[in-house]
Amino acid sequence: MTTTPETDPGPIRQSARAKRATRIADAAAGGWKIVAVKILGLGVVDAIAIYALFVLVRSESWLVAGLVVAVTLLVNWIYFSRGKLPAKYLAPGLIFLAIFQIFVLLYSGYIAFTNYGTGHNSTKADAVNSLLLSSQNRVADSPNYRLTVLEQLGEISFLVTEPDGSVSIGGNERPLKEVQNAQLEGGVAVGLDGYTSLGFQDILGKQTEIAAISVPLTDDPNDGMLRTPDGSSAFLYTSSLDYDEAAGTMRDKNSGITYSDIGTGAFTSDAGQELLPGWKIEVGLDNFVRAFSEDSIRGPLISVTVWTFAFAFLSVFTTFALGLFLAIVFNDKRMKSRKYYRIIMILPYAFPGFLSALVWAGMMNQEFGFINVVLLGGAEVPWLTNEWLAKGSILFVNLWLGFPYMFLVTTGALQAIPEELTEAATVDGAKPWAIFRFVKLPLLLVSVAPLLISSFAFNFNNFNLIYMLTNGGPRDVSAGVNVGATDILISMVYKVAFVGANRDYGLASAFAIIIFILVAGIAIISFRRTKSLEELN
Amino acid sequence: MAATTQKQNPDAAVRSDVVVGHPKRPFKRYFRETGWRHLIGIVMSIFAAFPLLYVFSASLNPGGTLVTANSLFSNFSFESYVDLFNRPQQPYAAWFGNTLLIGGISSLGTVFLGALAAYAFSRMRFIGRRVGLLTLLLVQMFPQLLAVVAIFLLLSGISEIFPAIGLNSQIGLIMVYLGGALGVNTYLMYGFFNTVPSSIDEAAKIDGAGHARIFFTIILRLVAPILAVVGLLSFVGTTSEFVIASIVLIDPDKQTLAVGLYQFVSQEFSRNWSIFAAGAVLAAIPVMTLFLFLQKYIVGGLTAGSVK
Repeated sequence: MTTTPETDPGPIRQSARAKRATRIADAAAGGWKIVAVKILGLGVVDAIAIYALFVLVRSESWLVAGLVVAVTLLVNWIYFSRGKLPAKYLAPGLIFLAIFQIFVLLYSGYIAFTNYGTGHNSTKADAVNSLLLSSQNRVADSPNYRLTVLEQLGEISFLVTEPDGSVSIGGNERPLKEVQNAQLEGGVAVGLDGYTSLGFQDILGKQTEIAAISVPLTDDPNDGMLRTPDGSSAFLYTSSLDYDEAAGTMRDKNSGITYSDIGTGAFTSDAGQELLPGWKIEVGLDNFVRAFSEDSIRGPLISVTVWTFAFAFLSVFTTFALGLFLAIVFNDKRMKSRKYYRIIMILPYAFPGFLSALVWAGMMNQEFGFINVVLLGGAEVPWLTNEWLAKGSILFVNLWLGFPYMFLVTTGALQAIPEELTEAATVDGAKPWAIFRFVKLPLLLVSVAPLLISSFAFNFNNFNLIYMLTNGGPRDVSAGVNVGATDILISMVYKVAFVGANRDYGLASAFAIIIFILVAGIAIISFRRTKSLEELN
Repeated sequence: MAATTQKQNPDAAVRSDVVVGHPKRPFKRYFRETGWRHLIGIVMSIFAAFPLLYVFSASLNPGGTLVTANSLFSNFSFESYVDLFNRPQQPYAAWFGNTLLIGGISSLGTVFLGALAAYAFSRMRFIGRRVGLLTLLLVQMFPQLLAVVAIFLLLSGISEIFPAIGLNSQIGLIMVYLGGALGVNTYLMYGFFNTVPSSIDEAAKIDGAGHARIFFTIILRLVAPILAVVGLLSFVGTTSEFVIASIVLIDPDKQTLAVGLYQFVSQEFSRNWSIFAAGAVLAAIPVMTLFLFLQKYIVGGLTAGSVK
């Protein structure tokens, strides 16, 4: 290793002259087409960024706007400055990776520490607003406000002529504001410059949208809202709830109960009754504490984790065993028409996985399925609805789905083992089984071990199979969360977060973080294992 | 020792026998040597192909339910395939188009982003290269669907400001898929890029080609096989992706086949089995044809990362 600096090919240690020469050569060789494409591409990116910036500034999302500016400047700097080749090639992929893989993982970490979910998905101000809105009742002696529905840029406003003759305009969450220049017709305002008045037909077409609008009378939501049943007259509605901003409490006018903010993300009465919707708050380790201490969650979590590992391990083991067996059987040059068997056996692998699971779900149906009705002559075996049979069925279907891949891979690996080794072992007097066991299998395992590990990782998160075949069922009724006997961790996350009326994003994210930690553990172990296996070679 | 060598001898004789080619072997010997292999082959072929035959036969039985699907090939009519396209509640044609569109664009994007990154890692030496490669290996272990809740909330946050790329938007979904582009495939491509000798780059450089020209006109052509494999794998992956697609795409018109057909089955499981079967057969055809034609490359590509 006596390389002199002059002959070192590494670009990092190039002399300044060599660098300049490379740059000049690059500039001369680039050609105008590449420059044109570059400028066009950057132009498009910048145009989109500027548009996004406008929208973001209008909606006052300063943090995101700042990020957009920073990223756009960075991208322009990378592509307009000379050199920085690696950055030029890596930037596009890294930007997507940063947002949709790394950021979202960190964001799940944050969500795991909140109570985000059904009834807790917004800010406190939004919760107050929607509580007041949802508890509205028409004031019995409300005066009749004459009304014209206006539209501007797709946004609907109410032009209201108050009983005293003054004219104001307002909309959803925009309190009434008096206007002077409205067009009057018989004492009633019918139009305003810059707005389109909606006719009867338009109002009919947007009936539900208009009926949902409530215009605050003043800035104080307790003063009541205007709503219209027909699009031509409006009445005053007040909420049965009364919000005291200073004390931060809600009072039910009818029952007289006071609900106060006690830090749980919802207005709660002294008796413990909650007003929903509430709002999102950070709850610290609550979700993790719930996952590990509440019996109705801990039990399912443990059994799901055990089943996830068992399922992933058994799937890899059975598919590999069958695949290897078939590879040995068909790895005989004397056998004819091996090609045709190969094509047929590859079919399950080529058929889209989610469809296979749905088809098998049909065939294993308890009452009508092919297996029970035809193969078993009318037996009603609960293939997918009995806890243990369902687990067996899942492994069986996964065997069908997975053996072709293992067959292909092990065939390749077997054929890659040099013939001489077998011959040498034969000359040394080894029997076929001994040759297989002590010569071929170790070599085979070295080459397929990374594939077995990635197959394990794939099955660890094999959502489609579980969800399409059994839907995680049969459901565990004693569990506090929506989970069944065949659910694996990832399908449990999905069901807790998105299935059913009660969505709990916080708890689901806490589960996701637990999976994350488990996977990280497997990753560390598997990297060590593959290293030690490589040293065997 | 002596005993084993004696035992090996007849075997060697058999092998030379076959090479010379004696067509008439006694059946017993034939069965012991290759016949049983055919027996296993036939059993496995039935096991492998039966569910596919079953679904094909169900699709040819118009108006069929799960029960009538049990009498295989009792009917032979393509009516279900026509019905499939005349159901306003389940816009199969739209699902099909969406799937091809989303799968096509995301796999093209994946290949492009991955190739750019693999070129940088394979041909350039820069600070953070080793760390970058290691990070990519690690990121591979954490699939995007782990963060499905955060993806949903991120997109619903985006759609408050830019409805065009937020929830219920296919562009948003494609962007999410592109986020996984580097993690999954760069390492595979990186290995392949390394097999292309760098003397080719250097020769081109001496002839006056810039880095962009070398990449787009020389390297990309030389690594075309791995581009095809990665493109195909990511196409197959996105077309059957359910988790993220099911939470992002809400309108039936915007959904993909995986989401649409799953809902179709869960809504009317046994009643319209024939129509579902027709949909499944049609959905499987493009993927299966690609697979069977590119079989060799796929297997090569799958093992390329590991079998050295």
